[in-house]
Amino acid sequence: MTEPLLRVENLRKYFAHTKGILAAKNMGQVKAVDDINFTIATGETLGLVGESGCGKTTTSKLILHLENPTSGKVLLQGKPIHGMEREALRDYRADVQAVFQDPWSSLNPRMTIGKIISESLTVTKWGKRAEIEERVRDLLIEVGLRPEHAQQYPHEFSGGQRQRIALASALASKPKLIVLDEPVSALDVSIRAQILNLLKDIQERENVAYLLIAHNLATVRHMAHQTAVMYLGQIVEYAPTKSLFDDVQHPYTKALFSAVLPDHPDLQNDEIVLAGEVPSPLDPPSGCRFHTRCPFVMPECSQEEPPLRETKPGHLVACHLYPTA
Amino acid sequence: MSDDIVLDVHDLHTHFFLRRGVVKAVDGVSFSLRRGEVLGLVGESGCGKSVTALSLLRLLPKGAARTVQGEIELEGEDILKTSDREMRQIRGRKIAMILQDPQTSLNPVFSIGNQLRETIAKHFPGPGGTVTQRAIEALRNVRLAAPEQRMDQYPHQLSGGMKQRVVGAIAISCEPLVMIADEPTTALDVTIQLQYLNLLKELQEASNMAILFITHDFGVVAKMCDHVAVMYAGRIVERGPVRQVFDNPTHPYTQALIASVPKMGDQRGRLHTIEGQPPEFSDLPVGCRFAPRCAFVEDKCLSTYPTDFSVGNGHTSACWKLEKPE
Ligand SMILES: Nc1ncnc2c1ncn2[C@@H]1O[C@H](COP(=O)(O)OP(=O)(O)O)[C@@H](O)[C@H]1O
Ligand SMILES: Nc1ncnc2c1ncn2[C@@H]1O[C@H](COP(=O)(O)OP(=O)(O)O)[C@@H](O)[C@H]1O
Ligand code: SF4
Ligand SMILES: [Mg+2]
Ligand SMILES: [Mg+2]
Repeated sequence: MTEPLLRVENLRKYFAHTKGILAAKNMGQVKAVDDINFTIATGETLGLVGESGCGKTTTSKLILHLENPTSGKVLLQGKPIHGMEREALRDYRADVQAVFQDPWSSLNPRMTIGKIISESLTVTKWGKRAEIEERVRDLLIEVGLRPEHAQQYPHEFSGGQRQRIALASALASKPKLIVLDEPVSALDVSIRAQILNLLKDIQERENVAYLLIAHNLATVRHMAHQTAVMYLGQIVEYAPTKSLFDDVQHPYTKALFSAVLPDHPDLQNDEIVLAGEVPSPLDPPSGCRFHTRCPFVMPECSQEEPPLRETKPGHLVACHLYPTA
Repeated sequence: MSDDIVLDVHDLHTHFFLRRGVVKAVDGVSFSLRRGEVLGLVGESGCGKSVTALSLLRLLPKGAARTVQGEIELEGEDILKTSDREMRQIRGRKIAMILQDPQTSLNPVFSIGNQLRETIAKHFPGPGGTVTQRAIEALRNVRLAAPEQRMDQYPHQLSGGMKQRVVGAIAISCEPLVMIADEPTTALDVTIQLQYLNLLKELQEASNMAILFITHDFGVVAKMCDHVAVMYAGRIVERGPVRQVFDNPTHPYTQALIASVPKMGDQRGRLHTIEGQPPEFSDLPVGCRFAPRCAFVEDKCLSTYPTDFSVGNGHTSACWKLEKPE
């Protein structure tokens, strides 16, 4: 088997939960990410879905080398990324870039667009000044802006245009992977489609892979080759997107799908309305973490943690309803 | 006019008077709400939905904004002509509201019980015990577990979804005729949103109150509303019964907006897009405000704002395409 572009192995991130400002008393650990595994292939998109607090952003920070894991590994083309030498880390930063949700705070207001986009090129001494200017021009055109925008400042642009600028800046170093953390959630409906189409065009042209974090399932359906569903720090279902959407298996995924609002008034879903809210990651439920809210709960669910098992080719589910085929 | 109509808004104009000029955030908006009707007001951010809501409640930022024209008839009486004192009685009792961020509706220093009792006592003065009973009942109505204990809790002790339920409890505690819900679930997670929408629907059906449901999400409209009005740059461009508008959207903006939303059944492919972005209020096009982005634009669109044309059954559309030839 060939090594995928990115591999995440038994990755864990626990945060110390402290209370009180001076006598920071340790109150236990927030298990933000708790033993997850996935891979991303070259030029493909992995969609990561789940409700707020389930660990999506922590996962992306681990991959971006902005956090160190409590245990486990992130490997780019087979090489572990944590504990790298400074030089290797610089290369890694060029290979793995990010675009975040909030286009209002992610761009430095005092820098021109040209400066923002060329920052990573200047740092890595990518080329001569004229070459860098040429690259900025090309990038602006690639994301649907105009070369003369290089002289302007972020406040002169709308939210959608700012996401284009953020994307141009992420693309500058010709990355292999871009982490997209809710890239269109803050944008207006009519602007979202423009950005999603742009992301697809770029992927086709540049063969870049995406880790797409999103809470809108239809967006993931539209963008992702593979999809992983997270609940309380763990992956509960992981499958090729088509397989997942055609045959949802995990009860939590079913609940997420049934909470999707209808596309038409006559298409009311069979709703699985979950009782209560997500429990605290400080003290997650025993056994299956979903058992406190699961409509199909069985006695073994609170006793034993269900492993991710393959129920059909490439389709993994962590649930006692699905013993190995 | 049918006397079933509880709220009739006619040609509403609300302007912001700023140093850099006048912003006509609501520029000739008309709609009506029947008893028990749920009307969706959809549109992108900045199109004037919240300013419409604040105009109806007469809660516009003092000094900055003013309703300069129009009528807002609540049970036949123009509330723009009532005194501030009368308006305070109407607010809460006849028109209640739920806003997007429960944080802005709840006071952090008072207990849940205190805030509920205050609203109830204002409109249904009575012995303390009766008011308290009514407050507990309101919390029970929004399905908060252990309502008696909740009375003593403070907003920060509750999750976002629970706080929004408390806001809902306060809003319905005085059995209003009309509820204005301004993006009440936008900040909630999807499974919590579903719980909340089901709750609102249930309460609405039980009490037969009318709801003006403001949202940017056509899914919310499909789930909740009987009628829908689509707003663009300060005006309503299309409105009608919800099935008709979904089956046969007639305004190019509505058509494009519905088409640009990814659907659950969609394969990977290209999405329909609307190029450009909504106009600035400081620089509105002379004719149709959608003209610069419209795929069907003609000369007339650029010079004159279209009137509402009927496309049948209370379904209207402000687009020159729908003008019948003489
Ligand atoms: N720096 C931190 N310190 C303590 N807890 C954190 C920290 N960052 C995230 N968490 C907690 O970890 C969990 C997962 O958070 P996050 O990864 O941001 O979730 P998501 O992006 O899915 O909403 C949450 O319970 C959050 O409160
Ligand atoms: N406090 C304010 N000061 C100045 N202008 C405002 C203010 N609030 C709203 N506006 C103007 O009114 C327009 C409509 O705003 P709003 O009704 O809040 O939009 P939305 O449809 O997102 O609820 C905005 O585009 C803005 O130009
Ligand atoms: S009036 Fe003209 S420009 Fe406006 S939406 Fe209709 S066709 Fe398009
Ligand atoms: Mg996040
Ligand atoms: Mg608003």
